[in-house]
Amino acid sequence: MEILPVTKKPFRLTFWKSVFFLILIAGLYSTYIRFFYGLGAATNLSDCFPWGLWIGFDVLCGVGLAAGGFTMAALVYIFNIKKFKPIVRPAILTAFLGYLLVIFALLYDLGRPYNIWHPLIMWNPHSVMFEVGWCVMLYTTVLALEFRPVVLEKFHLHKPLKVIKSALIPPVILGVLFSTLHQSSLGSLFLIVPEKLYPLWYSPLLPVLFFVSSVAVGFAMVIFESYLSARAFNKHLEKPLLMELARVVVFILSLYLILKLQDFARRDAWHYLFINRPETYLFWAEMLLGVLLPLVLLATPRIRRHSVALFWSVLLVISGFVLNRMNVSITALESYSGAHYFPSWMEISITLMIVALGFAAFRWIAKNFPIFQAEKVPALPSIRQIPIVLESKEKINKQETLN
Amino acid sequence: MGHGFLIDVTLCEGCEACMDACHEIHGQPDTENYELSALNYTVIKNINIEEEDIYYRRMCMHCQTPSCASVCPVGAFRKTKEGPVIYDASRCMGCRYCMIACPFDVPKYEWESRNPRVHKCDMCYQRIKQGKLPACAEACPTGATLFGKHEELIRIAQERLQNDPERYYPYIYGLKEAGGTSVLYLLPVKPTELGFRLKGFQQTFPQFTWRVMKEIPNVVTFSGVFMYGLWWIINRRIELQKLDVETSGRELTSKEDDNGNSSGN
Ligand code: SF4
Ligand code: SF4
Ligand code: SF4
Repeated sequence: MEILPVTKKPFRLTFWKSVFFLILIAGLYSTYIRFFYGLGAATNLSDCFPWGLWIGFDVLCGVGLAAGGFTMAALVYIFNIKKFKPIVRPAILTAFLGYLLVIFALLYDLGRPYNIWHPLIMWNPHSVMFEVGWCVMLYTTVLALEFRPVVLEKFHLHKPLKVIKSALIPPVILGVLFSTLHQSSLGSLFLIVPEKLYPLWYSPLLPVLFFVSSVAVGFAMVIFESYLSARAFNKHLEKPLLMELARVVVFILSLYLILKLQDFARRDAWHYLFINRPETYLFWAEMLLGVLLPLVLLATPRIRRHSVALFWSVLLVISGFVLNRMNVSITALESYSGAHYFPSWMEISITLMIVALGFAAFRWIAKNFPIFQAEKVPALPSIRQIPIVLESKEKINKQETLN
Repeated sequence: MGHGFLIDVTLCEGCEACMDACHEIHGQPDTENYELSALNYTVIKNINIEEEDIYYRRMCMHCQTPSCASVCPVGAFRKTKEGPVIYDASRCMGCRYCMIACPFDVPKYEWESRNPRVHKCDMCYQRIKQGKLPACAEACPTGATLFGKHEELIRIAQERLQNDPERYYPYIYGLKEAGGTSVLYLLPVKPTELGFRLKGFQQTFPQFTWRVMKEIPNVVTFSGVFMYGLWWIINRRIELQKLDVETSGRELTSKEDDNGNSSGN
């Protein structure tokens, strides 16, 4: 697992590259329509349906899927479970890119994107959106701080590296705080419309449910991306670590399930589960395929040990999470609004473009920066050469460099 | 409490003078569209109940505790002391949360614009500050739209209910709805028949959010201290273990270390 020198290969148009370019072209065209002819021309949004795919997917899902950054940071730095260290960097990178893309997507969705900075000076502490805005901003800053070591290592700047490592804990704690706040607040956004949100989803527990599900999906994403990276970069899969993370996912999904049951019991909303309506089916899909099934799968040791099965199980968790956020932000509002909303192709193309840009950026950074080889970069060259089998020494060294 | 409207639906004849006056004063074209929109701050709705045509106005209710003002991240909405809830486009960043949150679905958007604004009735704020009547109230030929001091309007409404119980459904819509609104309605039928919401509506909606928001400082302090403590304790134990290791000759099989570490974790 050396850092291979990046050899310049002649450009080849592979299948995925052509898909990427097609998406990019469609996205750029839609961008032009969006900014020159307004939201109405590019989207299927209307006075009846002011929030659509961009809020539901790009923002609500985007922020949630990037939750791996704070959960892994908490695990490694606060709970001090150092063995997860090899996968903390990719998680932080995903989170950092995720948040940048969420902000990028917001520029499309906001009617007046050039005023995006207004919450800095125009305060309304009663507004959940205000709080989310601040937290996202501050947490993105924290992520940038957490990401600095990667850049410094790349350019072999060991002195500032030491300084950063000596003061690692405060930013990590702040990061966890900001994340907890805005992950839950995305749920609080909908607290103010009890009469509009379909009762399968409206709950006073929305912030808690949003938070818990984001933690679960954060870990699921870490497994997901480790699997993909292992394949894409031909690197060794940290299987024992991922298996352990899968157990954490099981634990959190169970917690989520219990909360959901409690919530239904408290609101006495059971009968909504059996009404013949689209909402009901989507709710069942979300709970059965996105929570219950992966819960059973991941609780099975045989599946956890099998990396492909593990991959598909966490993919279920991720899809369930996406479905949940889309349900809360779109499905649940449909019956009240009386309008049917389905995103226009331009909305979809811009979302696809943003996702594709995320993948491309991840790939490029992972190739050019020490993301996966974090512990291999020589800070103390002589000791670093001890093979990985002697884990004990490794650990001691890690702790030394950290403290 | 300021000013407000009393809309007496039994007096409304559907002449649309209010709509026209509102269009005129805002330089909006007359339309055949009877939905609230960026070009319609007020509309006349028509419903036929038991062979009887009922006409009623829809407009911003100018809530006492407006959801739109509560949710706006940049404070673009504001309840004025005169009564109107007004919007300041120069602050707005266009997130459209106000449209989601308004319990009466009032704020509407300029979807086709490159520089869009939110639109809704502002109770003719500029006019009433000069002591004039709102354009629609001035135009109304039957007195179905009455403008005045809120307390005064409540008194009038109560009097009408008392003097003419046959004519009205005995309820002043807007006294309690969404925590009270500056616009009050007297109706000939049960409000729900006109699509006015009643069930679960006699409460301020921003409280649902505030109940959670006000806990944030507690959550932050508590979990901040908790996490720091956690880190400190765990780290301390690991340090101590390391000392042990160092004094016992620096050599260690990986198995021992695993045991030592797992108890630390
Ligand atoms: S009716 Fe809607 S727009 Fe009007 S003040 Fe109330 S919350 Fe705001
Ligand atoms: S659209 Fe404008 S006025 Fe409405 S909540 Fe967002 S920033 Fe405030
Ligand atoms: S008060 Fe003014 S803005 Fe509101 S409906 Fe009447 S005329 Fe239109």
